[in-house]
Amino acid sequence: MTLDEFLSACRRLADDAPAAIATAETPSQFADVRTQLVGRKQGRLADLMAQLTTLAPDDRRDAGRAINEAKSAIEQLLAEREAAVAAAARGADALDLTMPSRRTWRGSLHPVTLVIDEICDIFRELGFTIALGPEAETEFYNFAALNFPADHPAMELHDTLYLGQDTLLRTHTSPVQVRTLQQYAPPVRVLAPGNVYRRDFFDATHAPSFMQLEGLAIDEGISFADLKATLGEFARRFYGGVRRVRFGPSYFPFVEPGAQMDVEIDLGDGKGTRWVEILGCGMVHPNVLEAAGVDSERYTGWAFGMGPARIAMTRHEIPDIRLLYDSDVRFLEQFAR
Amino acid sequence: MIVSHEWLREFVPHTRTAAEVGEQLSRHVVTLDGLESLRADLASFVVATVVEASRHPDSDHLSVTKVDDGSGELLDVVCGAPNVTAGHKYPFARTGTVMPDGLVIARRKIRGAVSNGMLCSARELGLGEEHDGIYTLDTDAAPGTPLLEVLPIGDVRLDLDVLPNRPDLLSHLGVARELSALNGIPLRMPEELPALPDGDAVGASVFGEKEATADGVTVRLADTASCPRYIGVVIRGVQVAPSPAWLVQRLASVGLRSINNVVDATNYVLHGLGQPVHAFDLSMLASQQIVVRESRDGETLVTLDGVQRTLTAGTTVICDGERPTALAGIMGGEASQVNESTTDVLLEVAWFDPSFVRRVRRDMQLSTDASYRFERGVDAAFTGKAAGYAASLIAEIAGGRITGVIDVGSARPAPVAVRLRGPRVALLLGAPIASSDIERTLLSIGCVLQPDGDDAWMVKPPTWRHDLGLEVDLIEEVARLLGFDELPDVVQPFRPGSVPDHALHVVSRRVRERCVAAGLAETRPMPFVATGADESLRVRNPLAEDEPYLRGSLLTTLGGRAEYNLSRMQGNVRLFEIGTAFVPSGERLPREEVRVAALVMGAVRPPHFTEPEPPVYDAWDAKALGELLAQSAFPDAVITLEAGTDDLLWEVRASGHELPVGVVRQLSLDLPPWASTAFGVEITLGVMPSADVAEHGAHAHGTAPARAGSPWANVRYVPLPTYPAASFDVALLVPAQVSAEAVHSLLRDSAGELLERLELFDEFRGEGLPAGHRSLAWRLTFRHPERTLRDKEIEGRRARLLQTLERELGVRPRTS
Repeated sequence: MTLDEFLSACRRLADDAPAAIATAETPSQFADVRTQLVGRKQGRLADLMAQLTTLAPDDRRDAGRAINEAKSAIEQLLAEREAAVAAAARGADALDLTMPSRRTWRGSLHPVTLVIDEICDIFRELGFTIALGPEAETEFYNFAALNFPADHPAMELHDTLYLGQDTLLRTHTSPVQVRTLQQYAPPVRVLAPGNVYRRDFFDATHAPSFMQLEGLAIDEGISFADLKATLGEFARRFYGGVRRVRFGPSYFPFVEPGAQMDVEIDLGDGKGTRWVEILGCGMVHPNVLEAAGVDSERYTGWAFGMGPARIAMTRHEIPDIRLLYDSDVRFLEQFAR
Repeated sequence: MIVSHEWLREFVPHTRTAAEVGEQLSRHVVTLDGLESLRADLASFVVATVVEASRHPDSDHLSVTKVDDGSGELLDVVCGAPNVTAGHKYPFARTGTVMPDGLVIARRKIRGAVSNGMLCSARELGLGEEHDGIYTLDTDAAPGTPLLEVLPIGDVRLDLDVLPNRPDLLSHLGVARELSALNGIPLRMPEELPALPDGDAVGASVFGEKEATADGVTVRLADTASCPRYIGVVIRGVQVAPSPAWLVQRLASVGLRSINNVVDATNYVLHGLGQPVHAFDLSMLASQQIVVRESRDGETLVTLDGVQRTLTAGTTVICDGERPTALAGIMGGEASQVNESTTDVLLEVAWFDPSFVRRVRRDMQLSTDASYRFERGVDAAFTGKAAGYAASLIAEIAGGRITGVIDVGSARPAPVAVRLRGPRVALLLGAPIASSDIERTLLSIGCVLQPDGDDAWMVKPPTWRHDLGLEVDLIEEVARLLGFDELPDVVQPFRPGSVPDHALHVVSRRVRERCVAAGLAETRPMPFVATGADESLRVRNPLAEDEPYLRGSLLTTLGGRAEYNLSRMQGNVRLFEIGTAFVPSGERLPREEVRVAALVMGAVRPPHFTEPEPPVYDAWDAKALGELLAQSAFPDAVITLEAGTDDLLWEVRASGHELPVGVVRQLSLDLPPWASTAFGVEITLGVMPSADVAEHGAHAHGTAPARAGSPWANVRYVPLPTYPAASFDVALLVPAQVSAEAVHSLLRDSAGELLERLELFDEFRGEGLPAGHRSLAWRLTFRHPERTLRDKEIEGRRARLLQTLERELGVRPRTS
């Protein structure tokens, strides 16, 4: 074999290699093509190596260089192809991180609970604790001890569901005021959230059973100025955009003076403001203190009551109060966070 | 309570707008619920002057006019009225105006002449039946002035939320008194309230007696408890006719229909002055008598509303010489009502006892403007003046002469004087109030003040304010008249309260958080159910007769809510509630158990691409939920679930509690075929005390329980292991009658103290096992605290355990 023939055989080997290598995918295919091209014992490179000795000694040097170049070029191609195939394989196995997570169900609190918790949190900051009382009550706790005169039109304010002759479902959380004052000496600062009952039809705006939240502060020297300041402070903390707070006269037999508090709420988006009545309040009537065994000359105090359901409906734009009771999971899940 | 802005101005000639009046009342007196402009439908009508009027060329009754409506341009308007006259002013509807009957005025051609609007008649404006021509306005107002500014029909109704403590506000006079006090404008009484003619001049007036006669008419009070005072006024020769326009309009302004001049006059006095008045046709009163007496059982009366009412004994009624003729203080009788042929009238102006009227109104289920006022309290000192005014008003508008006055009964006690201390005002309001302010405000509402020592007064409230009986009542008057908003609002230092958080609140909050973490949605369903354990749980006067009972279990209401969701195709339901279950107690009040209940059904997890159909909740999930909630409710207790029967899967027990604290159930719901099984858990958190505190530990001051202990307070640290554990599995053939719990306990108790963990990890039933057996497999993990266990030790334990199992329970290892 002449040197020229040998060199052209090397070139052919180098030229054929890319096509052969490009077909290799699996490890065994790589082994096969590697053996076929650059195997030591058999294959085209081994064949050429065997021919090397047939060349003239002066030509062997050039032939050796040519064969080494061909070999390293092929080795590089193989390595590149192997890396590419491996990378492709890795790509197929890799996680598509845009896919959704594996979630668990998220629980939720009722929107009325959310309001109550928020109110309680604010009043806790103002030194209040939580008091509770029974839902089935006596007329004494629900009316008489709260200065509702027997046989008086004030009773008409509360359409009552009766259980017995003088037992009923409490029409407000105010009986907790009396029970608490009977049990604990002033100073008393409590909140009493709880279910109350009225003889109302169940419609879009009324429910015969609903949550109410009562507040009571009794100590020496507690005044109407404290009431205004504390409830105003609550309103400012509860509603972000409160512009003003105002108090107007109202009537609840168990407070005197009796008032209602309105807040002017910023509607946002330049929509102006709106006055909203949010609670009834007043100075605890001396007859209530006396009925609970508290010296009304020494101690004074204030109380308030509010309806968290109304607040929840306003702030979540819930149009029908029955949604709060229906327990439709699609409604409740909207409050999962 | 509806009041008319214009009517108020009759008593207090102020110049504020209705909106300003409403605002002032809301701030100082009574909440304004709404304002209603009475003729808002006429808001776009204007005053227009007819500048020219000429005959329509193609009609003998139409006129073609040029109208100045203030727009600066004369409009061509065709008018069909015979009285249209150049130079006069008329109500004018521009094109686009909507007429009260709904017709829209458009530009149109009438017999070839263009008409740009309409000149209106009184009838077209809804102002009367007059339709002989267009409504000629007698006004100096410029063309273009809104019609409502010119006609007195632009009145505004104020809807006031008068609460039961202020019956004095149930009349225009009463509201006007407040406006007078707030604005410093003297009150103007109508016609200065003419007094009744002197008794001597017209007949007997024997005040203080129970019976008297005047002009042949006798009034006898047989029941002075229900009717302490009765004034009868005889008016003869009246002419019953339609009321004058001003009266019709006044009554219309508060939503009342005109009936006739006599009846309208009585209504005018009721709404104007707050005193209910009734007029009888005197000729219809048998024996010319009024007897106020107790009814007899079975007596009947047809009231003005045409309803025949049967009376029971003991109700006080107004009778004539023979039979009942009016329901006292509520409604007159049909037979004696004033009608077109009435000529002689007996006017009844009386004071009825509030609780009496209230009782009868309830019994009869008949509430009227009169009963509403009587049962809240009418000014008893005003009866005479009201009678004088009512009688003279009737005489004025219906003719007739006052020929007799019978005034029987006695005056009501006036409110008694109350002592008011200046320092107490300052203490309660949190600000020193000047004596001059206290005096000025109280005087302005009609109180009489007499200094009583230093910085104190004896205050006599006016006769119409029976709500002012205590010092605080007067302090409220001072505060509201000055304005609550004018008083200071400074946050004061406070002392912490003596009341700890209620224990049931603490546990409820903890359990609630646990439920949310478990993926449950809180709900607050209505607590009424269809059936109850006991009549003590039945509401006596329910509105919804189909659900009159208080629930005995929260699962009843939760089950209903699950069915509600299923009916809306929602099969994944995970609800919880913390609320009250009512249990019959044998005491006055039912026992109230505060419970947590949870209901689960459907997928245990949301679907994921790795698990398109997740498993659904099964009994084991429910058992875990039961354990979770019970442990959360009783953190210090050992919780065990005892197998139940049928739907009651487990009873939940907590150590330290004698009775089960809860249940885990499979719920029997009305399930659609596609729904999965529903499970319920209910745990009692505690009992809400409802006993009378006065009887049970009143003022147990200072004995407040320590704050409910943290559930983690009793956790004791167990040293972390330093030597490796060794474990082996046992697969056992368990006969059917042997429970897993029995094997488990035996393994636990026999394995020795080095046992660290014991887990049941497999159950197999079916082929390859002897009949009546199943295979259960446990893994036992042992650990020595101070050294590594040797294999031999473990093997020894295993052998001993297997022997024990076979000996005690007949349980052998599974060989294959």
